[in-house]
Amino acid sequence: MNGLDYAILLITILGIAGYGMWRTRGGQNLRGYLRGSGETRWFAIGLSVMATQASAVTFLSTPGQGFESGLGFVQIYFGMPLALILIATAFLPIYRRLNVYTAYEYLGRRFDTKTRLLGATIFLLQRGLGAGITLYAPAIVLSTVMGWRLDLTILCAGVVVIAYTVAGGNEAVNVTQKYQLAVIFAGMVAALVILLSRLPAGLGWVDAFRVAGHFHHLDAVSLSTNPKERYTLWSGLLGAPFLMLAYFGTDQSQVQRYLGGASLRESRLGLMFNAVFKIPMQFFILLLGVLLFVFYQFERPPVFFNEVAWHDRAVAPATAPRVAAVEQSFQAAHTAERGHLTAWLDARHRGDAAAAETAAGAATADRAALDAARKEARLVIDPKGRTNDADYVFIGFILHYLPHGLIGLLVAAFFAAALSAKAAELNALASSTIVDWYRHVLRPGATDAHYLRASKGFTILWGVISVTFALSATLVENLIQAVNIIGSIFYPIMLGLFVVGFFLRWIGGTAVFWGALAAQALVIVLFLRWDISYIWFNPIGCLACVGFSALVQLGFPPAASAGQPLPTR
Amino acid sequence: MMKAAAPSPPAAPVDDALTGLPGLRTWPRVYAFVVVSFIVWVVLLAVLPRLFA
Repeated sequence: MNGLDYAILLITILGIAGYGMWRTRGGQNLRGYLRGSGETRWFAIGLSVMATQASAVTFLSTPGQGFESGLGFVQIYFGMPLALILIATAFLPIYRRLNVYTAYEYLGRRFDTKTRLLGATIFLLQRGLGAGITLYAPAIVLSTVMGWRLDLTILCAGVVVIAYTVAGGNEAVNVTQKYQLAVIFAGMVAALVILLSRLPAGLGWVDAFRVAGHFHHLDAVSLSTNPKERYTLWSGLLGAPFLMLAYFGTDQSQVQRYLGGASLRESRLGLMFNAVFKIPMQFFILLLGVLLFVFYQFERPPVFFNEVAWHDRAVAPATAPRVAAVEQSFQAAHTAERGHLTAWLDARHRGDAAAAETAAGAATADRAALDAARKEARLVIDPKGRTNDADYVFIGFILHYLPHGLIGLLVAAFFAAALSAKAAELNALASSTIVDWYRHVLRPGATDAHYLRASKGFTILWGVISVTFALSATLVENLIQAVNIIGSIFYPIMLGLFVVGFFLRWIGGTAVFWGALAAQALVIVLFLRWDISYIWFNPIGCLACVGFSALVQLGFPPAASAGQPLPTR
Repeated sequence: MMKAAAPSPPAAPVDDALTGLPGLRTWPRVYAFVVVSFIVWVVLLAVLPRLFA
């Protein structure tokens, strides 16, 4: 990065944060701080919901996922349209009619205080853990490739987001997310255009898709019934809706986004905006990764995309000979593959089917050799192979192939994504802490001014916790998957609480409380012992929570029937 | 002496039953549109590798 890049980065990030603080300056009350102005229109809600989910992890890591495995990851979003329709028709009207600040207030009114606190605590625990990743994920990648200090990168991003979230609350989050998302989309489109322009001369987009298709990188829909396969049509249609329902319907960081809508109509349309556009958006981000894969068939990529880590092994006496051997075999296989792919495409253009088949077969063999070399490289980095360089693929391309100015814009896009998701998280964490715990249990009856000050204090506290967690985190999973895996352990039980609340009115608070705890224990044990796709833990955990709650209610009806009935319509 | 502010006209009630979208005026139509666009995407994604095999 040069001076121009740094100027664009700083002006963009600090400019949006400063604008958010300026727009939300002046007198505030608790309601406005936690819920916003209450005048937000559907388009702004839609963007806010989208920006909250699409953190820097989405934009850094998803192209790497596309590069590594193709389009299959898009199947996790197959659950979204159905889940968002269900939220719009069942969850949202109840939240709005009860006029709640947090989703967990509903649990308190439907069941009892302990169930409300259980829901809030699961959210705080899960989101508190995830909040560290939101900062750590972009910081570890950017600091490594830029040569920045990791701790300073995390601290700087943390201070900026804490400052404007504390100053403006929910309204500042809404105001800044629109502009942050604009920067993100501008950066991603610019990267796509540059990538297409850098494909080899004569390689049109049809040929590029053919190359991707030949290596199964366009296989977006898998009909496999193997439960260990993470992303299939079945896990997307049957498992992912539970994950999406839990995230969009019960996670306060999302619920808070649409509760601030001017009306039920605006909130609903904001959700439907995401139901329509989320899958295309994720598809295009993954496609960016697939096109990177094609690009690197003709342009020699690094053996290991975390080039700093690879260089460290290359200069270390103990690993230098292995690094040299891997480099040599990788280069030979890549040169051969490039030749065979070129021959394959030429033969197809000539209509020579036999030559095309021969060249395609040879390219497939070359790819196997390349994959073997990359696997060996991972073992050089970590003898147990617990390392992943997919998150470095996109940022590596940006630094090596984009012109100055655009590099700054793309890095600004990553930071904008990190800050927009982080701000929504901090705001939601503070809201749940103040509304569900502090005002309800620890310090009831204080003035609004006191709660407003306390809200700002809790926002700072959660910001400091996130920064501390980020400073001490290490990850071996691809980052975008790590976020979903953590969610799949805790979300299903939270969803189970709400499903019982909305649809099984004969089950009371004590039954659902113990049923949820038993289900949470079951999911943790299964996660540790059962090697299946993490997506399946979502329906299992939710159904276990519902089932255990029903059993407790049937087994101990007098003690468990203390719920407070609420009208559902 | 300050002039008393004239009472503002009552805000029009927001009719949540209508979507305000041209062509998709009711919620069932909006949900149907979402489901159909989802199915179209899944079909397109399923045939994509066959188109470039």
